[in-house]
Amino acid sequence: MAISIDKVMQYHETALMLRSKRSEVLASNIANANTPGYKAKDFDFNKALKLATSQQSSNIQKTHADHYSSSGSSDIPVDMQFITPFQAGTGDGNSVDLPSQQTAFAQNAMEYQMSMRFLNGKIKGLMTAIKGE
Amino acid sequence: MSLYNIFGIAGSALSANSVMLNTTASNMANSSSVSSSTGETYQAKHPVFETLYKSSRMTGTALPGVQVKDIVSAQAEPIKKHSPEHPMADEDGYIYMANINVVEEMANMIAASRAYQTNLQVANTAKQLLQKTLTLGQ
Repeated sequence: MAISIDKVMQYHETALMLRSKRSEVLASNIANANTPGYKAKDFDFNKALKLATSQQSSNIQKTHADHYSSSGSSDIPVDMQFITPFQAGTGDGNSVDLPSQQTAFAQNAMEYQMSMRFLNGKIKGLMTAIKGE
Repeated sequence: MSLYNIFGIAGSALSANSVMLNTTASNMANSSSVSSSTGETYQAKHPVFETLYKSSRMTGTALPGVQVKDIVSAQAEPIKKHSPEHPMADEDGYIYMANINVVEEMANMIAASRAYQTNLQVANTAKQLLQKTLTLGQ
């Protein structure tokens, strides 16, 4: 019986990476809340997680040095989209709705901690198995 | 790790908003300053923000922060006041007062201070998440 540690962790690791990516996106929106002409961006977490977990098994071979690397979970591809603003025009072309971005950021931070809790549980489970206590 | 980039993004917003607070403070401090000619009169200064794109070493391209593109002077006509006894009055007895809309400046100040607080909160949350990540598996 072999347990692949990679397989045990991978799902939550990908989720954690995507959560941290999303928090960066939201932080960027919040930072640009007063920038004229800035358009708020976001991505669908569920779709991104599905995409990332389905692509993990197919590791594309690099045949040229300039090719983008498919390994390394820090550059998970996400489908970035502009947010449709609640309010049509604010006068300066900015489409950031600060309260919704703040709440989304807070929720995303909670979900990051949730993913971390799951990961911690996996690690604890493995440790118990290793120690056999 | 994208969380590291948040410090750069929120940090850029902190400095941009502190520039806005600085200009607001300067405008309000000079709201009753007086000069002897229209050219010398203080003009309100307002920063213009722009999106700051830069690539990061950690994850390739980071998401944009914000920076102050320029600080523009308002082109408001100075308030001309007849006050011959004033030491700075010109030969016709007029002084020129800075035309500053204090209500607008107060609104800008609150906007900048709220934005500063929000971005500080963002950086703080990112810090807490990173700290918790460091203790993963312990």
